[in-house]
Amino acid sequence: MGLTGRLKNYVGLVPNPISKRTREIHARTRGATATVSVCPYCAVGCSQLVYTKDERIIAIEGNYESPINGGTLCPKGAATLGLVNSPDRITTVKYRAPGGARWEEKPLDWAIERIARLVKETRDAAFEETDAEGLPVNRTLAIGHLGGATLDNEENYLIKKLFTAGLGIVAVENQARI
Amino acid sequence: MRHSGATRSGSNLVLTGPTGARPGAVGFLTDTTLCIGCKACEVACKAWNGLPADDFGLTGFSYDNTKDLGAATWRHVAFIERFDGGDGRRPTDLQPFQSDWLMLSDVCKHCVEAGCLQACPTGAIVRTEFDTVVIQQDVCNGCGYCLPACPFGVPALSATDHKAHKCTLCYDRLKDGLEPACAKSCPTDSIQFGLVGELLARARGRVETLQGRGVAGAYIYGDRTVGGGGGIEGLNAFFILTAPPEVYNLPARPELPQRKTMPSYLTTIGTAVALGVAAFFSLRERGGA
Amino acid sequence: MPGLGARLGRGGATTFQQDLANSDCIVIMGANMAENHPVSFRFVMKAKERGATVIHIDPRFTRTSALADLHVPLRAGSDLVFLGALVNHVVNSARWHTDPFFKEYVVHYTNAATIIDPAFRDTEELAGLFSGYNAGRGAYSTETWQYAGSGTDPGAAQQPEQDVQSREGGAATGRPEEARTDPTLQDPHCVFQIVRRHFARYTPEMVERACGVPRDRFLRVAEALVNNSGRDRTAVFAYAVAWTQHTTGTQIIGCCAILQLLLGNIGRPGGGILALRGHATIQGSTDIPTLYNLLPGYIPMPTATPQHRSLDAFLGAERLETGIWHELPKYLISLLKAYYGDSARPENGFAYDLLPKIADDYSFQRMLLLMKDGAMKGLFCMGQNPAVGGQNAVLGRQALANLDWLVVRDVHEIETAAFWHDAPEVRGGAVRPAAIKTEVFFLPAALTAEKDGSYTNTQRLVQWHDKAVGPPGAARSEADFVCRLGQRLKELYRGDDSPRGRQIAALTWDYPTGGPRGEIDLDAVVREINGYTVADGRPVPDADALRDDGSTACGCWIYSGIAPQEGTNLARNRRGDEGAALGWGFAWPANRRILYNRASADPAGRPWSERKAWIWWDAAEGRWAGHDVPDFPATKPPGYRPPPDARGLAAHPGDAPFVRMADGKGALFSGPSLKDGPLPTHYEPWETPVGNVLYPEQARSPVAPTFERPDNPYHAVGDPRFPYVITTYRLTEHHTAGGMSRWVPWLAELQPEGFVEISPELAREHGVDNGDRVVLSTLRGEIETRALVTARLRPLTIDGRTVHQIGLPWHFGFGGLARGAIANDLSPLVEDPNSRIHQAKAFTCNLRKKG
Repeated sequence: MGLTGRLKNYVGLVPNPISKRTREIHARTRGATATVSVCPYCAVGCSQLVYTKDERIIAIEGNYESPINGGTLCPKGAATLGLVNSPDRITTVKYRAPGGARWEEKPLDWAIERIARLVKETRDAAFEETDAEGLPVNRTLAIGHLGGATLDNEENYLIKKLFTAGLGIVAVENQARI
Repeated sequence: MRHSGATRSGSNLVLTGPTGARPGAVGFLTDTTLCIGCKACEVACKAWNGLPADDFGLTGFSYDNTKDLGAATWRHVAFIERFDGGDGRRPTDLQPFQSDWLMLSDVCKHCVEAGCLQACPTGAIVRTEFDTVVIQQDVCNGCGYCLPACPFGVPALSATDHKAHKCTLCYDRLKDGLEPACAKSCPTDSIQFGLVGELLARARGRVETLQGRGVAGAYIYGDRTVGGGGGIEGLNAFFILTAPPEVYNLPARPELPQRKTMPSYLTTIGTAVALGVAAFFSLRERGGA
Repeated sequence: MPGLGARLGRGGATTFQQDLANSDCIVIMGANMAENHPVSFRFVMKAKERGATVIHIDPRFTRTSALADLHVPLRAGSDLVFLGALVNHVVNSARWHTDPFFKEYVVHYTNAATIIDPAFRDTEELAGLFSGYNAGRGAYSTETWQYAGSGTDPGAAQQPEQDVQSREGGAATGRPEEARTDPTLQDPHCVFQIVRRHFARYTPEMVERACGVPRDRFLRVAEALVNNSGRDRTAVFAYAVAWTQHTTGTQIIGCCAILQLLLGNIGRPGGGILALRGHATIQGSTDIPTLYNLLPGYIPMPTATPQHRSLDAFLGAERLETGIWHELPKYLISLLKAYYGDSARPENGFAYDLLPKIADDYSFQRMLLLMKDGAMKGLFCMGQNPAVGGQNAVLGRQALANLDWLVVRDVHEIETAAFWHDAPEVRGGAVRPAAIKTEVFFLPAALTAEKDGSYTNTQRLVQWHDKAVGPPGAARSEADFVCRLGQRLKELYRGDDSPRGRQIAALTWDYPTGGPRGEIDLDAVVREINGYTVADGRPVPDADALRDDGSTACGCWIYSGIAPQEGTNLARNRRGDEGAALGWGFAWPANRRILYNRASADPAGRPWSERKAWIWWDAAEGRWAGHDVPDFPATKPPGYRPPPDARGLAAHPGDAPFVRMADGKGALFSGPSLKDGPLPTHYEPWETPVGNVLYPEQARSPVAPTFERPDNPYHAVGDPRFPYVITTYRLTEHHTAGGMSRWVPWLAELQPEGFVEISPELAREHGVDNGDRVVLSTLRGEIETRALVTARLRPLTIDGRTVHQIGLPWHFGFGGLARGAIANDLSPLVEDPNSRIHQAKAFTCNLRKKG
């Protein structure tokens, strides 16, 4: 071994000091609240734990308790934190007027009011009470809906109920056919 | 020294098992025969360690757009397509477990004798109580000496903070009793975390099973025989492979560079000592003034 | 959906993911499980550890193939030849005829012995058509596709001229005891013999010609399946949309059901068919549908036909005498009570008139044309990105540009929201933003972690997610948005006594709201879905408690029991275990994990073997017991024989596992419920470089819905301008049309750019090197992208000639961090007649090097 080996061991291994920061380091989830969630991506249905501190999501991981994923996640599931905190995520209402060249920001209530009026206007102009044979049909073809496979079951229930049963919108579709 | 016995001269640490890992050492067994190349480990690592996306670009090299380990990439899944192609004849009878399209999740090896640690002049790189090798970011000054000292090319300097970075084996999580993020996320348990001794025993059993099921080429990379020789004394993060190491871009016979470059190594120390002495006198003079 | 529904009774996976670990042979076909369902694949790996054989049948060598024991590359779009040949192999195999297990299972649990109307003519007799084809209408009359002597009006279950999917499980109608049977399976008109004749020409030689799979390799798959099925062993199939997205998708899936029934693998541990679905609640959004042709719980949408002109007429037409669908009045009337509350009264047919009636196809692809042609003027898009994800996306963006208004709810500015300023045709100057009159709203959406609610996963498992934090900024949940919109619309229509005013006025919409953002209380929605007693609002314990007199309300009868008492939501159950994990979530129906699990016991109620025991008849207790919730009346003994006047489930004998089917049996022959025939038949993809080797006179499906018009042209069969088969697919690193992945840096960097995969052989023909830019073209459009040259793609020899296959991931678009040309700019609008799902897994194209 000789001198070089000894030196190597001394220089490299033994006395390197542990800094205060290193001594105090710990998992940032320590003391965080863990909320049980489900991965938003595919249909495997992996259970996730969403860790929060001060109303902020700080980590999202697989839930060991799940009989499906047993704590694991795929790359998409593991990126859920990146989805939530996506740098390009939009958190304001944007509006583009007919023929407009750019987005404008609008208040949420303004948008809902405007949309409700457009729905009424479009529906009133194209509501079929009966068909050519005189059978009651109570429908409109002038409005459509897409989406649902990434929403919640309760949301799908409300969409079908309001749009189809309440407004007569028959063209309600989701990704089940995509 | 490569195949020396239970004690190592120059150190009073007792070695356990043929990798030289110390008692209580933890590490990774990355079993490529279970890897589906999903890259969950890459993302889970970045998500936990807050590492940014970097180095965007389609490489054209199979599904590997990560290319290598780096300052912000501490797990890297390598993809190696091994079809003979050309003549249009491709295998359809596959060896059980991964074949023809090899995938390996590479990571810092947390060497028993770590070149980076030995080369670090500032004391930034330490061996932790878990026998893992960690770069202390508050100490690192970005000198980069650790880069050439790693036989696997693992540490890298960040273009953002100009310091050296690599896998910490989730030191912060270990302190809270949590398993590292990559191993936790791995859907098929290709990445297993645990005590090195236990992992090694498991790996030996696994290799035996694989060979019994027709994967004649299965072996462990990271004990003293393969991958962990050359003065490294074994890898705390080791692998089960089914093709020669070079196929995965792993060195067949890695060696601690210090073994080859002792003169310059000594020069480094000499320089450090000289600088220290100079600084000492300089400070003394200032203090006196 | 109807692929499994028409043969087994329910449009859902028959098993659960964890059960794959119990299988002896796993066949993955029409799916790339390791890439698209990586976490599910862990159970494949577990089975493999235990010695199971894993087979991947797929045009491409994928990450799934790399972990399989056998990869069988076949031509995209030829799956039905392969599966049909497996059926043919099984029914002629020595093992099937010598091991009594198979016949015992098949005779008791399937309709193999049932005699079919002698007037029925098979495709083998009519050159690729079944009896009843009307060339003028491009549709079948199904009178002859019936059980002999059933004496029922075959038109009652389905109106072929209507684009209405019948209730699933609507196989041959009529009372089972009226059907004649031959348990020896010898009668030439019995289902078994018809099936046998139908598939007789689906031979290994035909597989070699049509699929490009050498016969010895086919035989290895066939032998693996036969040898791993039986009393003591089970085999499972896992599939995804690479089966679904064909003009024959329903029949491909149905053929698998036939195969698994013949092998005795349905309803048993380690067996069955696992449908691998691709969105978090794509199963849930079919169960509680946002689909034009269904009401919750697979109740068909009423049609504008005399058969559906009133509630009584509808129930008369749609109710089955036998099986669970006998209870339809309870389910529908309870739904009407949930929808219309006090306005739904016995004397007004429970406000059935208020439900809109459909008269046509309003499915996704047709919607695009309605928009483009100006009939549809407003669109809500909530979590879907049709500008990238829809077929013929060029036409799709023109459709968006022709809307008066568009509401997009998402988390990123997806292409569907940005088309008016960022689409290639706008950037290229061909379309000016000012010329696009669409008024566009982008409303930011809440993500899963930011709201309460439930998803139904691929195994019908409903799991609740708790809200961790509130959504940021103006982001809100869809529940909140829809709730507010409904409240506002009710206000706007107040006092309007026209039918449209009465429709919205009648809707119950008094959901409690609360919290800092005044959001809707979802427990109230769950209670409504579960069902409650109208008088006191208390939850019903399960669907058996529902009534047809208006005293109960229920939003979705198959989810009934999910919240059986106040304060209990079984979707929030979180007690997992290594077995069936009955304490984790709630699997519809009634928390059953393996469907049709009565078939896991023999006709006498004993497990077929100790190794494969799942549920069994406990004679001492007088009930079914075992590891799962029995998918069978709990106390009906195996020897039960129905009295002549029995109705509903009481009309099924004690050995009829398929409770949703009229006769309680798995349908090898599906009767009139499918539009393209009672038996699966191979037709070529709508666009194909080769003819149909089985039915040269009938290359393509005679009833596939097409939309041929100048903006959606098709390539002729064998069109020399478009010689290559192209198939589209997903990558592990991205999700669907990219809205949840291409903007996420950690995912975008893993697959940063679009590409096309081609074989070295095809690359050589065009002088293309790895990484070169190439142009792909069809009559719908052209895209430029980079070539990934890989031996994982390979040319096949089809009927003596070389056919190249091209692989194209479809995630990419012009937005986000990871960008690329839109794959669907190439694909045509054409679809399966039953499911109305498009054909994206096989069409034709040309390729050239970018000059």
